[in-house]
Amino acid sequence: MTTLQESEPREREGMRREALHFAVRNAKLVTGFGIVVVLLVLGMVGPLLAGGTPNDYGTRPMSPPSAEHWLGTTTFGQDIFLQFVHGLRATFLVGVIGGGIAAVIGMLVGFVAGYRGGAVDEVLNMLTNVILVIPTLAVLLIINAYLGIRSVAVQGLFIGLTQWPWAARAIRAQTFSLRTREFVDLARMSGAGTWRIISREIAPNMSSYLFMTFILLFGGAILIASSLDFIGLGPTEGVSLGLMLQNANQWSALQLGMWWWFVPPGAGITAIVGALYVANVGLDEVFNPKLRET
Amino acid sequence: MRRYFSRKLLIYGLTFFVAVTVNWLIPRFMPGDPVASMVARANVAQPEAVEAMRAYYNDLFGFDQPLWQQYVNFWGAMFQGDFGISIWLFPTPVSTVINGAVPYTLGLIIPSVLLSWVVGNRFGAYAARRKLLDNTVLPVGYVLTAMPYMWLAVLLAWALGVIAGLFPVAGGYSFSMRPNWSWTFALDLLHHWTLPFLSLFLVALGGWAIGMRNMIIYELESDYSNYLSALGAPARLIRRYAFRNAVLPQITGLALQLGVLVAGALVTEIVFAYPGLGSLILKAIQNQDFFLLQGTFLFIVLGVLIANFIIDIVYVVVDPRTRAGMAGAQA
Repeated sequence: MTTLQESEPREREGMRREALHFAVRNAKLVTGFGIVVVLLVLGMVGPLLAGGTPNDYGTRPMSPPSAEHWLGTTTFGQDIFLQFVHGLRATFLVGVIGGGIAAVIGMLVGFVAGYRGGAVDEVLNMLTNVILVIPTLAVLLIINAYLGIRSVAVQGLFIGLTQWPWAARAIRAQTFSLRTREFVDLARMSGAGTWRIISREIAPNMSSYLFMTFILLFGGAILIASSLDFIGLGPTEGVSLGLMLQNANQWSALQLGMWWWFVPPGAGITAIVGALYVANVGLDEVFNPKLRET
Repeated sequence: MRRYFSRKLLIYGLTFFVAVTVNWLIPRFMPGDPVASMVARANVAQPEAVEAMRAYYNDLFGFDQPLWQQYVNFWGAMFQGDFGISIWLFPTPVSTVINGAVPYTLGLIIPSVLLSWVVGNRFGAYAARRKLLDNTVLPVGYVLTAMPYMWLAVLLAWALGVIAGLFPVAGGYSFSMRPNWSWTFALDLLHHWTLPFLSLFLVALGGWAIGMRNMIIYELESDYSNYLSALGAPARLIRRYAFRNAVLPQITGLALQLGVLVAGALVTEIVFAYPGLGSLILKAIQNQDFFLLQGTFLFIVLGVLIANFIIDIVYVVVDPRTRAGMAGAQA
């Protein structure tokens, strides 16, 4: 027993080092996270470097990209680069809030349903299935339409509240397969409570899985938020990439041939979400030796 | 099998109940006053007129009755197909407005979803374990699934519509025409339908291809595949078995994706000003037409539930285990 306890931390350290070893050599993971980090830094630093408020009307409307306006201007002379870097902030924020809340609810429901089983599982599973079937965007439409003043944070909150079911289902299935393992039995016999078993025994053994779930929820929240923005239910103040697309569409950028207005925001969203997906595949390969390319 | 269906129906029934309740709850318990905002929108100055309008809307919502009575009335009206009167197209009933838009949305969404599912599965199955193809299908697939639906729609409209001039970029049919049963009109309809269809098809395609590719690799590693190849079965045969097994999770996946696909169709319609439910929702939001918005919501929920049930039936037909009462599908 004592030797086991002594060797355990070292072994975990070894596993972590092994994961790191493969992580830095995984092209998908490095590229994916690289793109996300570059855009994140751009969103953090950009607004500080390029001064001014993103929605200010300028003097040179409808001009294509130039040295003065890197990504051109809108019909109202707003600088698109400035809007883009501010919009990145909103996009990341909605991803963190929406994905975070969905991940927390999904984990709670999934762990409890999977570990407790029985009637608790029945009820939680029914709840999960019901919310899973409801078309989320339609619910979000109704909620946001009745909200008079909308902010990025509230948008993220409601996205989080509706996006958790598939995560809960996946985590429940994983927990199901772990709960009958010997180390869980051992913990139960030694008198550990439900929360302790879940947080100390079950969760650490699927931490990579949980992290990957969060990444997918993050990307999903960004996509849903951009759809909401596009329909006209985005934040009432400020900018986001989805709102930029909505403005471009509303003011006929397409018909006027102002490609610099609608290409950057969509490319930004695609880059973030796509990079996250690719990084996720990379993570899968790092944590699951079977998938590693040799 | 009876247990399978009764369980599914219970879930759908509950879902419908929850959806209707949410639909009833939100206008009543959300911060803000929809009646006030609708009265404000009408822009009347005289206090008597404002008071009259307020009374009219309160009566319309039934706000003067006790809550439980409002709730019962809400269900009653719904079963009679009464979703209220549209404010945007006053005094057309909401159900009439929605009925006019539903065919366009269905005509767009059904072919694009089915075709992208079939083609995506074929692509993915074919690309799995084939180095060169895999290296092209996978990145393209990830870019496509990561795209917001409206962005691909805008790009296609710009490239094929505005620049190349091949397709119209707005409307369900030419403004010079009136809907009628003729070949010219049908062709015109098809012409306007192509771009929205294509963008919906392409975005969904990526996800199915990736999912199928992963499933096929998983199946090809399983015992029965190894056993078959040990017996010397041709690779084609093994792949066919793998495909049949891999298609099952993809059917479940189709049911899970329905909400996302509907959302994609809504925003795509907005880009192309296609006269379906998406454009209706946009108009409802712009005009603060809450009755129309809520009616559309119920229609979408109902449509998704029906589609789910059809997929359940298909699953039973495809997977014999569910028929034998074995644990095939997850409830």
